[in-house]
Amino acid sequence: MPALPDLFAQALNGLSYGVLLFLLSVGLTLIFGMLDVVNLAHGSFYMLGAYAGLTLIATTGNFWLALVAAPLVVGGIGAVIERSCLRPLYRRQPLDQVLLTFGLIYLFEDLVKWIWGGRIRSIPAPDLFSGSVTVLGATVPSYRLFVIVFGLGMAVAVWLLIERTRLGSIIRAGVFDAEMTGGMGVNIHRVFTGVFAFGAALGGLSGVIAGPIQSAYPPMGASILIPALIVVVVGGLGSLKGSLVGSLIIGQAETFGKAWLPGASMLMIYLVMAAIVLLRPQGLFGRPLK
Amino acid sequence: MTAGGAPLLVAERLTRHFGALTAVNGVSLDIAPRERRAIIGPNGAGKTTLFNLITGSLAPSAGRILFDGKPITGLPPHVVARRGLSRSFQRTNLFPKLTVLENLRLAAAADGRGSYSLLGGIARLPGPLLRAREAAEAVGLTDRLQEQASRLSYGEQRQLEVGVALATSPKLLLLDEPTAGMSPEETLRMTRMLEGLPREVTLLIIEHDMDVVSSLADRVTVLHYGEVLSEGSFQEVKADPRVYEVYLGSG
Amino acid sequence: MIARLAAFLVLLAAAAAFPLFAGKYPVTLLQEILIWGVFAMSLDLLMGYAGMVSFGHSAFFGVGGYVAALALTAYPGTLSALALPPLAAGLAALVIGFFSIRVSGVYFIMLTLAFSQMFYAVAFQAAWLGAEDGIVGVPRASVVGINLAQPMSFHLYLVALVALGALFLWRVVRSPFGHVLQGIHENESRMQAVGYAVNRYKLLAFVIAGMLAGVAGALYTQLVGSITPDAFLWTTSGEALLMVIIGGTGTLGGAVLGAGAFILLQSLVSSYTERWMLILGLTFILLVLFAPGGIVGALRGRVGLRA
Repeated sequence: MPALPDLFAQALNGLSYGVLLFLLSVGLTLIFGMLDVVNLAHGSFYMLGAYAGLTLIATTGNFWLALVAAPLVVGGIGAVIERSCLRPLYRRQPLDQVLLTFGLIYLFEDLVKWIWGGRIRSIPAPDLFSGSVTVLGATVPSYRLFVIVFGLGMAVAVWLLIERTRLGSIIRAGVFDAEMTGGMGVNIHRVFTGVFAFGAALGGLSGVIAGPIQSAYPPMGASILIPALIVVVVGGLGSLKGSLVGSLIIGQAETFGKAWLPGASMLMIYLVMAAIVLLRPQGLFGRPLK
Repeated sequence: MTAGGAPLLVAERLTRHFGALTAVNGVSLDIAPRERRAIIGPNGAGKTTLFNLITGSLAPSAGRILFDGKPITGLPPHVVARRGLSRSFQRTNLFPKLTVLENLRLAAAADGRGSYSLLGGIARLPGPLLRAREAAEAVGLTDRLQEQASRLSYGEQRQLEVGVALATSPKLLLLDEPTAGMSPEETLRMTRMLEGLPREVTLLIIEHDMDVVSSLADRVTVLHYGEVLSEGSFQEVKADPRVYEVYLGSG
Repeated sequence: MIARLAAFLVLLAAAAAFPLFAGKYPVTLLQEILIWGVFAMSLDLLMGYAGMVSFGHSAFFGVGGYVAALALTAYPGTLSALALPPLAAGLAALVIGFFSIRVSGVYFIMLTLAFSQMFYAVAFQAAWLGAEDGIVGVPRASVVGINLAQPMSFHLYLVALVALGALFLWRVVRSPFGHVLQGIHENESRMQAVGYAVNRYKLLAFVIAGMLAGVAGALYTQLVGSITPDAFLWTTSGEALLMVIIGGTGTLGGAVLGAGAFILLQSLVSSYTERWMLILGLTFILLVLFAPGGIVGALRGRVGLRA
């Protein structure tokens, strides 16, 4: 058995990873709930966030500026995608939208290779959090602690936005029933664009904060998509609570898998998923199917 | 209980809650073989929910259902259908891109024999094809067999809706408002068609049109707020002051 | 019907004779197209006929490929080349299908995707499967008495298997079972209401499609002589989906056309520019937006053919 401080360090690693997954999966689940689209290009937004952050940090030297501006850029890209590619497809079967977002993955990955090149680019942590601290005997990079605190803060902010504001009530109504939202005198198209852009921006945000931990490389989007989808499967489609709980579970499963099952670490999250799906096909907090 | 031996369908104190709402509340029914029973009641009386309970689309919160003397409570819809209990839907529920004949043939082949055949041709299963043609004749669609279901007129789609239910050769046929949305002319045609169905097929029919009910039903059950308000022949039910008050009176 | 059969035979003869008047590279391209064609057709059985959109079909391609690699390395022969891969792939499909068909729509997409990635994770890390590098140096065995090390024999063997697979699927979609699948595609709840055990049919379709994908994977291993974890990657499923869509869903022949268009486009574009993925992505987006019926849909629109 590993020593207690090691365990603690693992748990913190898992938590910071889980927080990244939450920011991604909450966008996925909102977009699905509202637009009925499983956005396979969601990982691309994560990748675009990391690369936009890279360039902003390189040109301004300011991580915090990048943290704000990169998600806005990615959100803007999301808005353009929704207006130009997805809107014409809403009257078709949902599958067409899923397939379209699959095409976007290729497009974005190659664009990134074109603009930034194919090699791995490291992103420096901000000076404020470049060191490490000792917590309960475990040495932890202070940036990770920042990610955890920041991510949990964002989780609270998103929850407040969805549950406590008028905008949030429109989104909730839309997730439940798009026609009803139309009946509330809301321009449903603008809400769709807004939700998609918001989800994209959250994806971009998680890309920026993942940068100093994981570096930036072109297939990063495709590789983060799978854990994010698994979070949504585990938590339940369209459920904010499911996203949070699912992220935390998958984050821990991934890190402890790496520590305890080095030969089969990648398998861990799938085993967790299979177990949950066997017991509850609709996910932990999903509405019952059919 | 109607005379004529053991009932074909027995529902005992069927109840179904949706959250705080009780859609069906302690409904008991006995349907005799060969009987034609109408279920009437105002909108929201729980008629369609009752059908969903009997056919297994919904699980009852309480109560039990016997068909042909055997319990069918909680069985999935396809098993209930295989036992010989078939239904039509209030909102037309067909295979829109398939032809009339294919719609009926699929239903007629649902007994499973041969449907797992991977390599055989359709024509090698003569039974379903024959039953499909019989059903087409019974619902008056013989000259429309090759038409795509989505291209039929509304009235014809309603005929096919009944035909698909009939093609499974059921012992009990549940019809959920077969004349819904029909013109008076179409309604008359549907009524004649239903009257012409073989007597061996027991009928349980939800209907709003009182002319249809009076000409078709042996007995009538009136549902109100999920409970049985009255039961008897059409004349008896019509004479029941409570029925007059809640239903016939309000038009 | 007769015309179609004649066209099929002509194409078959042309494919079989292709090495007589074409060089090595075009022949390899054709072989790849045929293998991916079988893979895409098996996916089309699910997608176009049963209405089950799977993003995890690569699992069965990979299982077929890996089982063929392992078996052919250990016991080169007919059993290893022809029987074991589809059986193993069918078994994998039975297990994944059991979990996945309980849900539908986007949930089905996500579950199948996640399960195929699970196979990727295993292949990527298992030392006995060669981990990242996969299994290399797989021999072309002697199958039913034919020595496949000889290029022309291998070509004919491949063409024959692909033709058998195509004929099998062509029969299946026209069989009573195939009609049940179409009924499920059209209106699943009504199929249940008239008495079909819908999930059993869906599972059977899933297993059949999985077995054929396993055949494609095994052929691929024999063609290339190796198999890597990338066979399991979910983008492999995505590419097969692209092929089906490019060709036209629910047409079988379209799946092969789509495979051809995809592979030719890939080899053509990548010989001119590095930006092949960009062009593929754009092509695909434009197809989904403006030509949802694919090549076959466009042809039918132009020529006025009916299904």
